[in-house]
Amino acid sequence: MMLIPQLLLSLVLQPPPGQSEFVPVNELPVAERLPAAPFLICAYAFVWVAVMFYLWTIWRRLNKVEADLDALARKTPQR
Amino acid sequence: MKKAFIPLLSVVAVMFVVAPFLIANAPYESTMGLIQKIFYYHVPSWFAMYLAIGVSGVASAIYLFKGTPIADAYANAGAEVAVVFGLCGLITGPLWGRVAWGVWWQWDVRLTTALLLELIFVAYLMVRRYGGPGAEKLAAATALFGTATAPFVYKSVDIWRTVHPQTSVIPTLKPSMGGPFAFSALAFLLLSTLLLTARVHLAKRQMMVDQLYLAHEDQP
Repeated sequence: MMLIPQLLLSLVLQPPPGQSEFVPVNELPVAERLPAAPFLICAYAFVWVAVMFYLWTIWRRLNKVEADLDALARKTPQR
Repeated sequence: MKKAFIPLLSVVAVMFVVAPFLIANAPYESTMGLIQKIFYYHVPSWFAMYLAIGVSGVASAIYLFKGTPIADAYANAGAEVAVVFGLCGLITGPLWGRVAWGVWWQWDVRLTTALLLELIFVAYLMVRRYGGPGAEKLAAATALFGTATAPFVYKSVDIWRTVHPQTSVIPTLKPSMGGPFAFSALAFLLLSTLLLTARVHLAKRQMMVDQLYLAHEDQP
């Protein structure tokens, strides 16, 4: 008699039966579609970062060249 | 151009701040929704790349046939800027495709030729860097080859069947979409011009350093 409630409980808590077939649909449910916003923000951010990085590399190389020019100008004897 | 550089850079910076607001107010596309708004950065990136390729190609032809050093400086600058904007196009495209098509990449004609075009100009820069003496001429020939490839990349979507939207989407844009697109395209083309100018200025200064080094070596 004591085991009956436990038996009933274990029957209730049984995992659902495994999927017996796959049903194809042409479109994903709305809730499962990829949200577009993160992709959009990533795309815009990448362009900004890439351009800023390139501009920074030009500025850095230009500073180095200007330093070389100054050093060479100091070495050149005044005529 | 030197005096106009900072004011023009400020104008471009303002345009890049204003552009997202115009793009946000543009209507959604009926089938793709929000993700289609990548279009306003993706296509202008390619336009900016094509401009840089044009500069690199013409300058390479001049350098090959006349040997003018300044033409070589323009060719190198064009190739570098082309690689930067090409990379922007190649990154924003798959981000768009992942949501619109469900995949990051498709080996179709447009995507594959666009990748090859980027690789040609990466090859140009690698030849310049590691090619040793005389690499400038070899690089110039590479740039000419890349420039000749560019029109095929642009027209590929109209010639072959591909998942990529056709070129006809741009002239048929409704004014509500066409306005923000034209603004964004103008901002990218101006930015490309400014980056080219800055890079050519760097090359000119580098040439001055080289000439001074040679003058020092010639001194007794």
